[in-house]
Amino acid sequence: MTDLLGVARSLAQRADAAEEIEAYVSRGRETSVRIFEQQIESLSSAESAGLGVRVVSQGRVGFAWVAALDDSSASEALAAARDNSRFATIDEHGGLAMPDGVEAAALDLWREDLLATPTETKVDLAVELERITRAADPRIRQIVHSDYSDGMGEAAIATSTGIEATTRRTTCFVSVSAIAGEGDDSQTGYGYSAGRHVADLDVEKAAADAVTRATRLLGATKPPSARLTVVLDRRITAMLLGILAGTLSGEEVAKGRSLFANRVGEEVAVRELSLVDDPTNPSAWGASQADAEGLACRRNSLIEGGELLGYLYDTHAGRVAGTASTGSAVRGGYRTTPGIGARAVAMQPGKLSQEEIISRIDHGLFVQSVSGAHSGVNSVSGDFSVGAEGLMIRQGSLAEPVREITVASTIQRMLQHIAFIGGDVEWLPGAAAGLTLAIDDMSMSGT
Amino acid sequence: MEDRTASGISLDDRKVEELSSGHDRGAGIRVVIGETTGFAHTADLSENGLRSAAQAAAAVAREGGGGTRTIALTERRFPSPNGITGLPSDVSKSAKVELLFRADDIARSKSSSIAQVSAGYGDSRRRTQIANSDGLLTGDERVRTRFSVVCVAAGDAGLQTGYETLALTLGFELFERRSVEEVAEEAARRAVSKLQARPAPSGVLPVVLQRGSGGILFHEACGHGLEADHILKDTSVYTGRVGDLVASPLVTLVDDGTVGPEWGCMTVDDEGRAAQRNVLIRDGVLTDYMWDYLRARKQGRESSGNGRRESYRHLPMVRMTNTFLLPGDDDPDEIVAQTPHGIYVSHLGGGQVNTATGDFTFGMTEAYLIEDGRITEPIRDANLIGNGPDVLSKIDAIGSDFDMSPGTCGKDGQSVPVGCGQPTLRISGVTIGGTAGD
Repeated sequence: MTDLLGVARSLAQRADAAEEIEAYVSRGRETSVRIFEQQIESLSSAESAGLGVRVVSQGRVGFAWVAALDDSSASEALAAARDNSRFATIDEHGGLAMPDGVEAAALDLWREDLLATPTETKVDLAVELERITRAADPRIRQIVHSDYSDGMGEAAIATSTGIEATTRRTTCFVSVSAIAGEGDDSQTGYGYSAGRHVADLDVEKAAADAVTRATRLLGATKPPSARLTVVLDRRITAMLLGILAGTLSGEEVAKGRSLFANRVGEEVAVRELSLVDDPTNPSAWGASQADAEGLACRRNSLIEGGELLGYLYDTHAGRVAGTASTGSAVRGGYRTTPGIGARAVAMQPGKLSQEEIISRIDHGLFVQSVSGAHSGVNSVSGDFSVGAEGLMIRQGSLAEPVREITVASTIQRMLQHIAFIGGDVEWLPGAAAGLTLAIDDMSMSGT
Repeated sequence: MEDRTASGISLDDRKVEELSSGHDRGAGIRVVIGETTGFAHTADLSENGLRSAAQAAAAVAREGGGGTRTIALTERRFPSPNGITGLPSDVSKSAKVELLFRADDIARSKSSSIAQVSAGYGDSRRRTQIANSDGLLTGDERVRTRFSVVCVAAGDAGLQTGYETLALTLGFELFERRSVEEVAEEAARRAVSKLQARPAPSGVLPVVLQRGSGGILFHEACGHGLEADHILKDTSVYTGRVGDLVASPLVTLVDDGTVGPEWGCMTVDDEGRAAQRNVLIRDGVLTDYMWDYLRARKQGRESSGNGRRESYRHLPMVRMTNTFLLPGDDDPDEIVAQTPHGIYVSHLGGGQVNTATGDFTFGMTEAYLIEDGRITEPIRDANLIGNGPDVLSKIDAIGSDFDMSPGTCGKDGQSVPVGCGQPTLRISGVTIGGTAGD
C-alpha cells in the first residue's frame, strides 16, 4: 500500500522559496449492497485514491486534483495548481495553516475487523433487515430497498509550512425504506443504524423504526393551518443544528452573509440553549483528530446560556477576523479545497424524555420527517419553511397522523421560542447530535 | 470507460479566491446475472487493473458456470444533439477570470443595497467509451459550461439573496447565448426585489408559474414517479396506470435527451443507448415510463435512453434528461389577469419527492402576490407542498410561451445534470408554507 503521508510530504517539499504547498492525499475502500425481495439487486466494491494540491504564491491560491497517486499524476496536479495560482486575486490573508501547538486528541475511529468482514456477512445483514421489516407488521406492503454500505477512509496532509497530519476512520451503515398500505393509502418510513464496524449495527432497531414510522402515518390527512408548538424528532433536530452551525461560519460572517454577524455577546436564543461543536468526542459520527488543513480538531463553544460566543474559523477566515483558526476546516475529499464547517454539533441536553415533552403540550405537532430543507431554508435571511409529516399532539398525547403540511418560522424566532430540550441525545450520521426539541409558535400550513 | 477533466473559478467578496482544475479517468464494470448486478470500478486501466475489477464485479455470480465467450464488438455512432465550437480548455484563464469580475461589477452597480456578490464559472469535458456483451461499442463526448451569480442585498428588514445560473451543454460559446451581464443583473434584481418582501401566506392558494421557473415541479411531482425502477418495484403512485388519465387534459409531458444544448442533453446515455424523445403523458393520459437497460430487459422491451450515471464510479439507473411540459393556447398575461387572488412564482429553488406517496416540496426563491388579477408585492422565501397526481389534475391554464432552466438531479446519492421546462401555467390550489395567517 502506498504511504499516503509519504506522498503528501514529498509533494509539499517541492515548494520553492516564493510559494507554500499543501498536499491532501486520500484513499478509500467501499462496499455497498442493495437487497430486493431477499436477492442481491446490486453489490459494488471499489477502491479509489487521489490527491489535491493547493499552491499559495504571494497570497494567491491555485488548486488542482487528480484521481491517482503516482508521481507523474502528482506532478501534473502540482503544475496545474501553480498555473492556476497565477490568475487568482492577491489576498493579504491568503496562506496555509501554521502549526499552532494544539495537540490532536487521541481518537480511535478505525476498526480493523471491518476490513476482514466477509462480503457474505454484509449481504446477510441487508437480507435480514429486509426480512424482519417485512415480517414485523402485516400492513408493510413493500420494501423499497434494504441496503448495507461501508467505507474505510484514510487521509494525510502535509504542507511546506510544517503541518503534518493523518486521519483514518471506518464507517458502516444499514438502512431500510418501507411502504405501509391500507386500502388506497400508502405511507413510507425510513430506518437505519450506523457504526464504525458491523458489531455496532442494530438491524432490529432500523427495522422497527421504519415500520413504526410508516404504519403510524396510515390514514394521515391534511389538517387545517394553525400556529402551534412543534416537537421535532431527534433526526430533525440534528438537521436543524447542522443548518444553524452553517450560519456560524466565520467566512459567511465576514462576507456579510450570516444572520448572526456582529451579534457576539447578544442573547440570540433562550437561556436553556448551549451549543458546542466538539469533534474530539469519540461518540460523534463526525469525530476527527485533524481538520482539513491538518490542525488539531478542538472543542468550540458557540452559544452558552443563549448568548452567542463566537464563530467557526479556518485559517483564512481566522486571519481575516484577526483571530486564529478554530480547527474547523472541512473538505469533501481530495477534489475540493477546504471550507468551514462543524463536525460534531450538540446542544446541552435537558432532562425530559420525548414522551415527557409530548405530555406537557396541549395542542401541537410532532414532526417525524421533513422534506425540502435544502430549498426551504435560507441560511442568510433565516427564513425557514419545510415540508413535514407526523402526528398531531392533543392533550399531551400523540393523536391523528397528518401529511402534506409545512412548518415555518425563521431561525431567529425559533431559537427564541424553544420550549423544551430533551435529554434523549443520540449521535446520528452527519455533523450533529439529535435530541427531541419543542419550539413554540410555529406556523403549520395545511388546508 | 471515462476520462473527465473539469475546471472552476470562484469569485467572492471582490476577489478571485481560487482556480481549480481536475482530472479523473477510470473504468466501471458491471456484471448482470438474472436480477443481480455486480459492480466494481478502477482508476487502473492496465490489463491487470481491468481484470481484477472485472473479477470483483463478477464475484456476485458465484453460481455461474465457468468458461469464456468471445464477443465481436460493433462500433455505433449516433448524431450529437449539439456541436461544440469553443472548447473551454482553449480559452485563457484570464478571459474566464475577466467574466467573473464583470459579473461582480454589474451586480454591484445595479443597486446600492447589494452588499455581497459571489460568482462561479465551471466547465467539464467528459469522454466515454461504452462496450457491452451484446456487442455494442459506442461513446460520447459531453462538454458542459456553467456560470452562476449569487447576490446578497441588505435592507432594514435584514438580508435577502438572489441567484441566477446559466448552464448549457456547450463550450465557451455559452456566453453567446446569454451574457454574464444579464445573469448578474438577474441575480441582483432578485435579491433587491425581496428586500421589501412580506412573509409568505400560509394555506392553499392558486399558483401561477412563470415560464421556465417551475419545470422542477414536474420533474419532482411526476417525473421521478415515472422512472421504471420505481414502477417495477411497485413503489410509485403511477404503477399500473398507463392509459389512465393522470393529469389535466391540458398536460403533455415529455422527456427528451436530444434537445441540444440543454443541460440534460446527450448523444448516447451512459449505457450506450441513443438519446431519444419520450412522451410520458399525452393530453393528460399516461403513455409510458422511462427505462434503462436493466429494467427494459426485464420487461422485454427497449431502453428509452434514460440509463444515466454520475461517473464511472457509479451504477447506471433510470434518470430523467430534459423534462418539460409542452405549451398550450392561453395568453400568459391573461392567466394572471384571470386569477383574483394567488401567488405568482418567478423562480424556484430545489425540490424533493416521495415517489411512493407522490408528496413533494419545492422552494420559492422569487414570488409575488397576485391581487385582483395583478402581480403586486414580493413575498419571502417559503416552500410549497403538494401531491404530484393532485397537482397535475389541478392545472387549469397553460400558456403559449415556454422556457427551460438547468438543474442538478440527485437520486440515491448520484447527481446528474438535467433540464426542466414549462410554459406559464396555473395550478388551482397548492399549499404555501409561509407564516402569514389570513
